[in-house]
Amino acid sequence: MTVSASPSSAPLDRKKSFQSIILTLQHYWADQGCVILQPYDMEVGAGTFHPATTLRALGPDDVWNAAYVQPSRRPSDGRFGENPNRLQHYYQFQVIMKPSPADSQDLYLGSLKAIGLDPLDHDIRFVEDDWESPTLGAAGLGWEVWCDGMEVSQFTYFQQVGGIDCDPVPVELTYGLERLVMFIQGVDNVYDLDWDGVPKDQGGKVYGDIFHGAEVDYSHHNFDRANTEMLFRHFLDAEQECASLLDAAHPLPLPAYDQCMKASHIFNLLDARGVISVAERQGYIGRVRALAKGCCEAWVAAGKKDQADG
Amino acid sequence: MAELFIEIFGEEIPARMQLAAEKRLADGLAQALKDAGLEGDAPRSWSGPRRLAVSIAGLAKTQPDLNEERRGPRADAPEQAIAGFLKGAGISRDEAEIRSTPKGDFLFAVINKKGQDAEVILPAMIRDLLMQFAWPKSMRWGRSRQRWVRPLHRVSVVFDGKPLAGELPLGGGASVPFTASTLGHRMLSPQEISLKGGDDYDQALNAHQVIADRQTRIDMIAESMASLTKAEGFTVMDDDGLMAEVAGLVEYPHPIMGQIDDSFMALPPEILVVSMRSHQKYFAVSAADGTLAPRFITIANMAPDAKRDAMIRAGNERVLKARLADARFFWDQDCAQPLSENVAKLTGITFFEGLGSMGDKAKRMASLAASIAGMIGADADAAQRAGLLAKADLVSETVGEFPELQGVIGGYLAAKDESQAIAEAIAGHYRPEGPSDDVPEDRVTIAVALADKIDSLTGFFGIGELPTGSKDPFALRRAALGVLRLIVHNKLELRLKDVFALAAQGYGFDKASDALIPFLHDRLKVWLREEGIRHDVVAAVLRLDDPRHDDLIHLCRLAQALADVLETEDGQGLMAGYRRASNILSAEEKKDQTRFDGGVDAILIETMSDLAEVRAAVDAAKHVAPDLPVFATLSFDTNLHTMMGVSPEQAVVELSAMGADVVGANCGRGFEEMETIATKMAEARPEGALLFMQSNAGLPELVGADFVYNGTPEGMAELATKMKSMGVDVVGSCCGSTAAHTQAIRSVMVS
Repeated sequence: MTVSASPSSAPLDRKKSFQSIILTLQHYWADQGCVILQPYDMEVGAGTFHPATTLRALGPDDVWNAAYVQPSRRPSDGRFGENPNRLQHYYQFQVIMKPSPADSQDLYLGSLKAIGLDPLDHDIRFVEDDWESPTLGAAGLGWEVWCDGMEVSQFTYFQQVGGIDCDPVPVELTYGLERLVMFIQGVDNVYDLDWDGVPKDQGGKVYGDIFHGAEVDYSHHNFDRANTEMLFRHFLDAEQECASLLDAAHPLPLPAYDQCMKASHIFNLLDARGVISVAERQGYIGRVRALAKGCCEAWVAAGKKDQADG
Repeated sequence: MAELFIEIFGEEIPARMQLAAEKRLADGLAQALKDAGLEGDAPRSWSGPRRLAVSIAGLAKTQPDLNEERRGPRADAPEQAIAGFLKGAGISRDEAEIRSTPKGDFLFAVINKKGQDAEVILPAMIRDLLMQFAWPKSMRWGRSRQRWVRPLHRVSVVFDGKPLAGELPLGGGASVPFTASTLGHRMLSPQEISLKGGDDYDQALNAHQVIADRQTRIDMIAESMASLTKAEGFTVMDDDGLMAEVAGLVEYPHPIMGQIDDSFMALPPEILVVSMRSHQKYFAVSAADGTLAPRFITIANMAPDAKRDAMIRAGNERVLKARLADARFFWDQDCAQPLSENVAKLTGITFFEGLGSMGDKAKRMASLAASIAGMIGADADAAQRAGLLAKADLVSETVGEFPELQGVIGGYLAAKDESQAIAEAIAGHYRPEGPSDDVPEDRVTIAVALADKIDSLTGFFGIGELPTGSKDPFALRRAALGVLRLIVHNKLELRLKDVFALAAQGYGFDKASDALIPFLHDRLKVWLREEGIRHDVVAAVLRLDDPRHDDLIHLCRLAQALADVLETEDGQGLMAGYRRASNILSAEEKKDQTRFDGGVDAILIETMSDLAEVRAAVDAAKHVAPDLPVFATLSFDTNLHTMMGVSPEQAVVELSAMGADVVGANCGRGFEEMETIATKMAEARPEGALLFMQSNAGLPELVGADFVYNGTPEGMAELATKMKSMGVDVVGSCCGSTAAHTQAIRSVMVS
């Protein structure tokens, strides 16, 4: 157990608390004309999986600007609450703008300034990092954004999702919130992050107070306890349900996509449990990709139909 | 004369692509100008994270007039051919001239095109150049159709000191109009800078915190890092690859040195260096004694400022601390159990479909390394153990995180429980990795390094996964070059056929692929050529019919020896002699319309007159072809002596003593003299010497303009009969003989 007391006794500037940073980002992107959404109510590996990104990147809207927080689960990153930098459950702040504005980079830098990272006080760089999601059949070109050597965001111009070319092209910004706020608060251990800016003696909470127990329990679950026989069964169920929802004369891309997300998360759990061999891994990824592709195609087709009907 | 200057400004170009793009832009523009008849000076060019620029001076402001005459098809050619010609020349049928030539009437196009002003043609030329510009990976953005490496924002064009209007269409109705201005450093000086051309480009950007010239940025980084480290007596570890990369990540390079927390200095230094380099792009620093110093240098993209520098330094130190804490977590996990415990887990990793698991490979490597150790005088037990453990770090946490540390980590982990030699062999068994990588010299390491590479080569060749063209997904060429360099550098007399056969057994193959040795010969060929060995020498040495063709060091020595001898005067003479013989043979083959390629049965040294010369020839013949019989004959054409005064009696004794297998006389002055010589030789011959007589077909007589030999086949047969009775062992024919003469001799000798 490595949770330690907050390193500095000086009260934190409330604007730098975890929750304030989220609020500030939401305000900032709302001011830029984004729809502020809430997290999607399913387990996903990254904010990109939210249908507001995956599906809306493709259609039917010609313009789509949205921002939201998304809890993200990576079962194999569990460290029983003992690693100061790795979590199996963490938060991403996600912005999607379609078409990508000409001043995307400036808008992004503006958001850093809003949360207290003035680009004039730091060394901010855009370092090549092309993004690919084999399970979503998605790919884009862009950068990692570094602030004083710390990767604070992923900046991607989507080129393809579900194997379909994006047109117009969206830009996706993903902030790793824990890492970003650790940087802002000057904290070395994620569990020491000040969540609310309320002093401890007044009942204030740090990240560890809220999530440490969950990290320990979920690590046991992800690595040792999750019932793999049941998970294999559920994977098949989700796969079949997704296919049947897409197959009918009246395809339902959104509910089908829920099943795709479910299958993806179950695969990640099985992977963490170590029951998927290296040889099988590609096969599972391919199966999830096939679901994602089907959902995206059905979504695009439905959008075209709506436009035709409308 | 005018200058054309172009700057393309956009979002951050991946560092690894910048320099090549700069060159493509410069070359592409120079070529396009040349094609338009506007050849200028050599281009100057610039590149960095946000811009590519090129300047070409010395351009004419107007294209030269074009006066061209083209000959077309015959006037009565099919309509299609004529239409094609007219279209190509850009003229109508009426404008074409019909001219009579000795071959008939032909169409001619006379094109007189007035040169256009450069200003008129340049906008389209630049537009086309950019629209067709190729990137290794490109993208669309917003509603663009045009692709670029990242969103492109500005194209600035200056011609003859003035802005040049034009535009780059992006598709979807949008376009980027040409401007003559750019922006300064993104954070420090984001204002408009008007551009006047290449001459003041560096200066104009410099005023806005942008160092446009790549080499200047590199020099700034190097100088500044040197001065940062100097105070403590440290030096920066050279890393050209990293330097090239960071020079592409910053517009204003500013090295800042930070501290590595002392608690990490106990980790293997390679882990620190890789962690800093690959994740953070930091330079590592070494202390005076060559060990890693607890410092790192990051290259910031900001101008110096004490307060900001402190912030950047602290931020980077904290990031590095988190990175290294992660690395230490992995390392501690790995240290918790002996490396040997990992071997069992290797069965879970596939080496390659059809070639078993990594566990299988480890077992094969152990056995093969032990066998090779026996051949090269290494400790076989150590080689076997090292072979078994060599791949065990692949399932370690540290290598999972830093794949480039494979081998190195295994070496450190082995050092805890295994002997020094084994640890060293595990650490070094991937080497040599590149053509400039050091070659291991420790014998156990050599055995394991060879076993690894030879196992892979044998396996992939065994299932037909050979490299093709530029595709070599399993790095088999590198493996073969590694084998070659290990053998040559360490002068190992290793018979590769034996080693490949053992490796094939390890897989359960019937035999090793026949393509393996030629594959190594291909590498050896390149290697020898790079060593400066002539291609004909290389070709002469790399022969699959050489019984030792699988002994690479033997082939190298052979090549060197041959190359050396060809440098000498004797070698030159030998080449000249060979060339002459070869030319004669070719001429004879042509004349006789046959090929004399039946091989060599014996060596014949004939028409000699000086015994010292014969001795030299016999010695040489015995040296190059110890298994072939040597015939040596002299020509006694001066009063029954050779021109040099050697008598037949003396000849037969001395030639035999030299080691010639068959001795005698040839040519001569007719049947009678030849008979006398034969008699003298037969009387004087030492025991065991075989006698050989080869007479001319009598004496030559001038008939008209030709010499005709007067000896008939019958006369020749008569002489042969006499010789046979004297005990002459071999009878042949010389000048003037025909097939009939030979036939006559044969009938006597064989009967």
